[in-house]
Amino acid sequence: MQKQKTKFEDLLISVKLGFFLAFRQIRRSNKTTTALIIFIMTLTFLNLVVVRGVLVGLIQGVVDVQKEIYFGDLFISVPNKKDFIENSPNIIEIVKNLPWTESYTARYTYGGKIEGTYKEKVNYTDKANEAGATIAGINPEMEDKVSHLSSKVVEGSYLTSDDADSVLIGAYLLKKYLEIESSAFQTLENVDVGSKVRLTIKGNTKEFTVKGVLKTKVDEIDLRVVMLDSTLRNMIGRTDYNVNEIAIITKPGTDPLVVKEALLRSGVGTTAKVQTFDEGMPKFVKDMKNTFALLGNIVGSIGLVVASITIFIVIFVNAITRRKFIGILKGIGISSRAIEIAYVFQSLFYATLGIGIGLLILYGFLVPFVEAHPIKFPFSDGILVAEVSATAWRVVLLALATLIAGYVPARIVVKKNTLDSILGR
Amino acid sequence: MKEIISVKNLTKSFKTGDSELVVLNNMSFEIEEGDFFSITGRSGSGKSTLLYQLGLLDHPNSGDIIIDDVNVTSLSKEGRTKFRLKKLGYVFQDYALVPELTAIENTVIPLLMQGLPKIEAYAKAEWALKKIGMEERLHNLPNQLSGGEQQRVSIARAIAHDPKIIFADEPTANLDTETADKVMKTFLELNSQGQTIIMVTHEPEYARLTKRVIKIGDGKILTDGKSEDIISI
Ligand SMILES: Nc1ncnc2c1ncn2[C@@H]1O[C@H](COP(=O)(O)OP(=O)(O)OP(=O)(O)O)[C@@H](O)[C@H]1O
Ligand SMILES: [Mg+2]
Repeated sequence: MQKQKTKFEDLLISVKLGFFLAFRQIRRSNKTTTALIIFIMTLTFLNLVVVRGVLVGLIQGVVDVQKEIYFGDLFISVPNKKDFIENSPNIIEIVKNLPWTESYTARYTYGGKIEGTYKEKVNYTDKANEAGATIAGINPEMEDKVSHLSSKVVEGSYLTSDDADSVLIGAYLLKKYLEIESSAFQTLENVDVGSKVRLTIKGNTKEFTVKGVLKTKVDEIDLRVVMLDSTLRNMIGRTDYNVNEIAIITKPGTDPLVVKEALLRSGVGTTAKVQTFDEGMPKFVKDMKNTFALLGNIVGSIGLVVASITIFIVIFVNAITRRKFIGILKGIGISSRAIEIAYVFQSLFYATLGIGIGLLILYGFLVPFVEAHPIKFPFSDGILVAEVSATAWRVVLLALATLIAGYVPARIVVKKNTLDSILGR
Repeated sequence: MKEIISVKNLTKSFKTGDSELVVLNNMSFEIEEGDFFSITGRSGSGKSTLLYQLGLLDHPNSGDIIIDDVNVTSLSKEGRTKFRLKKLGYVFQDYALVPELTAIENTVIPLLMQGLPKIEAYAKAEWALKKIGMEERLHNLPNQLSGGEQQRVSIARAIAHDPKIIFADEPTANLDTETADKVMKTFLELNSQGQTIIMVTHEPEYARLTKRVIKIGDGKILTDGKSEDIISI
């Protein structure tokens, strides 16, 4: 026991003396060099966190918009080989009464055809300005609570419950929004807000006015024509009120699996498919997210190695040029450990300041900035994903790498023969 | 007087390629406590080598060195470091001060390493610097001091922890005569207060000022005493 204690005291003395030496060495070192090393550490840290953050954030943007606009936290849909969710009114009633439900929306969908500028058509043989589309019938208020669809109207305005003769049209149905020229994509030309369009659904044709254009970055929605649920119901004769999609937003902190369980227990599963968002997220999106995270980690790891080598070189050069003094310190009885600790403190100083500045830039500027101004990728609004846990983990990783990168070269130099070091042999 | 160092059959040789250079060949002698002991000899005769063996900075091939009743040749590496810290002080030819530490900081490190509380350590370091007349320059960095001043700081560092023995390898070699005289004076003063000093020098006038002079050559002690012919190397 006694011996243990003196060993601990020895260590404490070495730590204190190491700090004493490190502090003075940093204080009297070249300020520009120190600033440069800290700058490298900051860049490394940002590289470690931001590259991955942007890559993951890019996919997270896709995922988030899917969830917000289309899917909700839970999604009830038509099972295979059926045309609609049977027993929908009952299911909606169950959803409405679940304690976890914050808001929900039920949508009718039906395949149809949309035609524009038909009045301008001169000859019968002229090519029709038409496109196939999914026609969706919604309750505008309820839909907006779930998907904030009104905020995605880029031209014109959102539907109200009085708009029985108006539709919103998905941007990808309009030629001016879809730049690619492809025969696979039928798009409408010269159709704008206020234009008359003709919809043909289940053999019924009706004229509507385009009230607004939707651009959500969710392909499913951007290829839809949206109208009031009552209008669509009448056109397709869905008198049983059976819908095709129900999206549910749960109250914050709810485990969607618990809600799914409850829905299945209520028998919803017999006539409908119930999925949580995670289950419903397409596999390729999951794969892509993981791939991008991996990519980000690879880039970050390279940065980590570069930073480690930088610190290694900095400390090594510092120690080797001071080899004589290290020898003298050892000669007059300073323990190797105290000298090594001095270098570890130095590299930790670089790391701490570098990481500190990096954190400040990250959370003080980058994250809020990107959140306010998402990176406009064609398929998503990329955000910067920098979860505190992931960042903390990288802070630890970088600090650890720095510590080792500082310790190893110090140890190499300190281990050299004392007399040889003093005499410069 | 009690002997502070006892050297028995000390041998040190260096291997260079195939040949072996025996620098110290089966040397034996004692040094008394309170002595001012100088080692002289031609260049390459092994003065520094001998001093490093006695000062535990190097390890002999064979033989024993007993310092203050401890057989230091059998100490572990860590034990030797601790022994140097506690009992020995060093003055090098080129002062060997740590450049980013002030005079007092250079002096205080061995004391801090010994685990002395900060206030006490600094008080002792200041005392040591006062003793060698450097109290005006406590907070100067080495590059703000003259060679002689730096050498005196290094003496302060060597004496701050009350070592049993001070080792000095040509401490005046880099100094002009006037400054060298000052440093010598400091040593003599310390010695008169009972400090044991072992010094390597090739300058007869300084060897003459010490109490005992040995001249080495061919791995042996050629002469031991204080006669003019020894001193005039
Ligand atoms: N590490 C070593 N390897 C090989 N030879 C060495 C080594 N150290 C010393 N020598 C040799 O040992 C001999 C004694 O060297 P030492 O430095 O002790 O001489 P010195 O008396 O101090 O000389 P000077 O007056 O020039 O300082 C020299 O011939 C030197 O070349
Ligand atoms: Mg020499």
